[in-house]
Amino acid sequence: MKFSKKSLKFMGAVVGALMVGSVFAGCGSSDNANEIKVGANFELTGNQANYGTAARDGLKLAIKECNDAGGIDGKKIVLTEGDTKSEASEAVNAATKLISDDGVKVLVGPAVTANVMAESQVATDNKVPVIGPCATNPDVTVENGKVKPYIFRSCFIDPQQGDVMANFAVKELKAKTAVLYLDSSSDYSKSLGKVFKEKFEAAGGKVVMEEAFLAKDQDFKAALTKIKTANADVIFVPAYYEEVGKIVKQARELGIKSAMLGTDGWDDPKVVDIAGADALNNTYFSTHYFEKDQEVQGFIESFQKEYGHAPNVFAALGYDAGKMLIDAIKRAGGTDPEKLTKALEETKDLQVGTGKITMDPATHNPIKSAVILEMKNGEKVLKAKVQPQG
Amino acid sequence: MKFLRKNDLIMLAFALVLFAVLQGLITGRVLSAFWQFNLLIVGINVIMAVSLNLINGYTGQFSLGHAGFMAVGAYIAVICTANFHVPFLLALLAGGAAAGFIGFLIGLPTLRLQGDYLAIATLGLGEIIRIVIMNIDYVGGAAGFKGIPHNTNFAWVFFIMLFALFFIKNFVNSNHGRACLAIRENEIAAEAMGVNTTKYKVMAFTIGAAFAGVAGGLFAHCFYIINPSSFTFMQSFNYLIMVVLGGLGSITGSIAGAFVVTFISAALASWPEFRMIIYALALIALMMKRPQGLFGYMELTNASIFDKIFRRGRA
Amino acid sequence: MDFTHQLVQQLINGISLGSIYALIALGYTMIYGIIKLINFAHGDIYMVGAYIAFFAITQAGLGLIPSLLISMVTTGLLGMLIEKLAYKPLRHAPRISVLITAIGVSFFLEYTSMYFVTPTPRTFPDMFDNVAFNIGPFVVNGQQVAIFTVTILLMAILTYIVQKTKTGKAMRAASFDVETAQLMGIDSDRIISFTFGIGSALAAAAGVLVGIYYNSIDPLMGIMPGVKAFVAAVLGGIGILPGAVVGGLILGVVEALVSGFISSTFRDAAAFAILILVLLFKPTGIFGKNTREKV
Repeated sequence: MKFSKKSLKFMGAVVGALMVGSVFAGCGSSDNANEIKVGANFELTGNQANYGTAARDGLKLAIKECNDAGGIDGKKIVLTEGDTKSEASEAVNAATKLISDDGVKVLVGPAVTANVMAESQVATDNKVPVIGPCATNPDVTVENGKVKPYIFRSCFIDPQQGDVMANFAVKELKAKTAVLYLDSSSDYSKSLGKVFKEKFEAAGGKVVMEEAFLAKDQDFKAALTKIKTANADVIFVPAYYEEVGKIVKQARELGIKSAMLGTDGWDDPKVVDIAGADALNNTYFSTHYFEKDQEVQGFIESFQKEYGHAPNVFAALGYDAGKMLIDAIKRAGGTDPEKLTKALEETKDLQVGTGKITMDPATHNPIKSAVILEMKNGEKVLKAKVQPQG
Repeated sequence: MKFLRKNDLIMLAFALVLFAVLQGLITGRVLSAFWQFNLLIVGINVIMAVSLNLINGYTGQFSLGHAGFMAVGAYIAVICTANFHVPFLLALLAGGAAAGFIGFLIGLPTLRLQGDYLAIATLGLGEIIRIVIMNIDYVGGAAGFKGIPHNTNFAWVFFIMLFALFFIKNFVNSNHGRACLAIRENEIAAEAMGVNTTKYKVMAFTIGAAFAGVAGGLFAHCFYIINPSSFTFMQSFNYLIMVVLGGLGSITGSIAGAFVVTFISAALASWPEFRMIIYALALIALMMKRPQGLFGYMELTNASIFDKIFRRGRA
Repeated sequence: MDFTHQLVQQLINGISLGSIYALIALGYTMIYGIIKLINFAHGDIYMVGAYIAFFAITQAGLGLIPSLLISMVTTGLLGMLIEKLAYKPLRHAPRISVLITAIGVSFFLEYTSMYFVTPTPRTFPDMFDNVAFNIGPFVVNGQQVAIFTVTILLMAILTYIVQKTKTGKAMRAASFDVETAQLMGIDSDRIISFTFGIGSALAAAAGVLVGIYYNSIDPLMGIMPGVKAFVAAVLGGIGILPGAVVGGLILGVVEALVSGFISSTFRDAAAFAILILVLLFKPTGIFGKNTREKV
């Protein structure tokens, strides 16, 4: 068999186009002394894109503010974006590109824990510091009891949050029994569920039922019907707002009246829109900040001005990561990896969007306070502010 | 027969030269880490595409569960290396054997189904495999398996890919392969001619699954972590796209398909918001322009190009 | 709540979930019936329908019924346009190439939408007061009843169109053999285009109803329901309208029962397992006819 001339020509065109494409992709990494290159590797497409893009928007705002104020020592920060496609292997691929082809010296993101973990190896191999804005799993920065030298985060960790909520359930709500309703496709949800169970049972409560759903589910009524039979005092749902809104709505429709508890994944104005204000009564969740606090007003206003809508928790944490990075670059006088990691470790009482943070050099976890909010008629009410231990 | 062998040798020599050139580019750091990484991915995708082609293209059985077999191979291989410190090659073989075994178990009953019914059944089985893995805490569940040694390098990928290509090429050209082709062309006629269709369908399915398992092992050892979300049915679609784009029933086509899909994705990485849109349009345009795939049923080895160069050289 | 109570409530949950699958599956199965194409973009057309109605309600301030109609008409036209641009040139190409094109169209719709409307989910405004009926200890809400009724109604209308009208006759003829139908004076292209229009309009209706029911829409909302609807259509016997509805309901009930009495983690696995089991015993689905294969 032979190739017709036409088909050969066509294939030639395809290959040619690809080559031109890769040449274009290859350039653009020229070094400029007046720029500081930062890579933003986030979930921009795929299942987790709504979280990734929100965090990226927060980060962009922090960097824009810095550049508008004259940059760092006259140098502008240039953000290069990568897309993890909401998948661990692609997170590695995108991070490799940012490091090797775009020449970034520091990475922020991704939003989702598993993707940060995947990225952390490439970053460590290339000595590129990483800040995970919302990766709350303890294993992200610590491996086998040893801190990973280049990996940081700018949020609190799951054990802290699970502990806070378990204590709150026992002490404030006088709960004796609890049901866990977890997102079995999410590491975040599962690890919070584990911590909550431990702490809740240690404080004398009992977890009577564990149920699970999958991210992107729409219908939760079957499992909720089963949960209703358990008649527990509280239902703990550590999950992200998209599913949480629907879960709360459907639970109330089925006549479940128990208190529902959640975590920082709940913190999005959309939850009220999806679930409705009435359904959200008698729900409580822990998060990073209280929107009516004086110290966060500046961030909320400027975000509103920039994007035309209120920030959610991912945006806030992305912004915090940006602030933390800018501060560290200033103190390190550049992006030299050793100096920058040292500066990040020495972060102390830094005012970021959601409060003040101080880095713990032994774990690369910031010491940061958490708040517990109650939803009352669609409004957030501050129930408690929990100061970090130690 | 002799002619075939000569052709094989030419291809082998060509492959070795190609390997030397690429390896040189890598060692000499001419290729950036990103493109090096994508070379690995291309190689793995070639194994996936060519093994799926054996099932879909040569035997004509519409399977949409290839990512599931890849997942089995990946997880078995990482358990071997990370938990039991088995040598890499053995771990890959174990992964391949496990995936092949699962393929055999699944293939035996489901291959009675035809066409689209088989497609949805295999899609379902791929998803079942993924859901089961997601619920096994021993392998990390949804969070994924962490701490995988970084064993995969270009040489591993290249030579395993080469082996897969030659194995499948020879299989297709053997008696067994002809039986598979007969099934593709017309199952009932094949049966009437005395071909044991069930046997050959299951054989093709098992071999395809086993190679997918080996590819899964290679894939897993590129990363520090793997998790079940890398093996969804969307991933199976991706491999199907490579096969069809290259040409069903053409090994050269599978190579081209894997190459084109991986490089479109990599070349567009700088424009994340448009990447999928452009990819989608490229896919539609390519299918419209060449519905039979880039290569159709043609092979580069049989096609005259090499021959021509060779003869002209001598003439 | 004792066992029977829970069982009945789970059946209610299952039927309401199943009617959503059925609603999407109807369009799927119609399109398959006529050109034997697994239209993977169907779930995404459903998403586009939901967004059009969303913008009609929130931006143009229209009521539910006008928005639903606008969405169905626009999406129907979009379906016809897609068919004309992407599938028609491939009428004589291998079926699998058309399938790949469908996957391409699916990506295109998903990511163009994502570019324009951002990946953030939108909340559908409350269009009618959601009444919950408490029948004894059981809870049924108004929207569940509405969705179920609409599904059955649409199935009846479609069956009527296909079985009793002239266009329907032409559709059946074309689904038997496009070329012979053409020779008999049927404008097959027009019929196929019409089928795509109807199928897409149905998907839009499903998208709007689901948007109202679950209150939240996003650009990737069509992927899983699309696959589930495909499963439902195959379960019932692909290409057969009542089959799609029965398949959808079975799927919904199985999922609810598995979540309620076994574990919700294995819900999807069970749904696929049921499909495979049914296919092993009835290789062309519940209502599928076993056609003799000829050489």
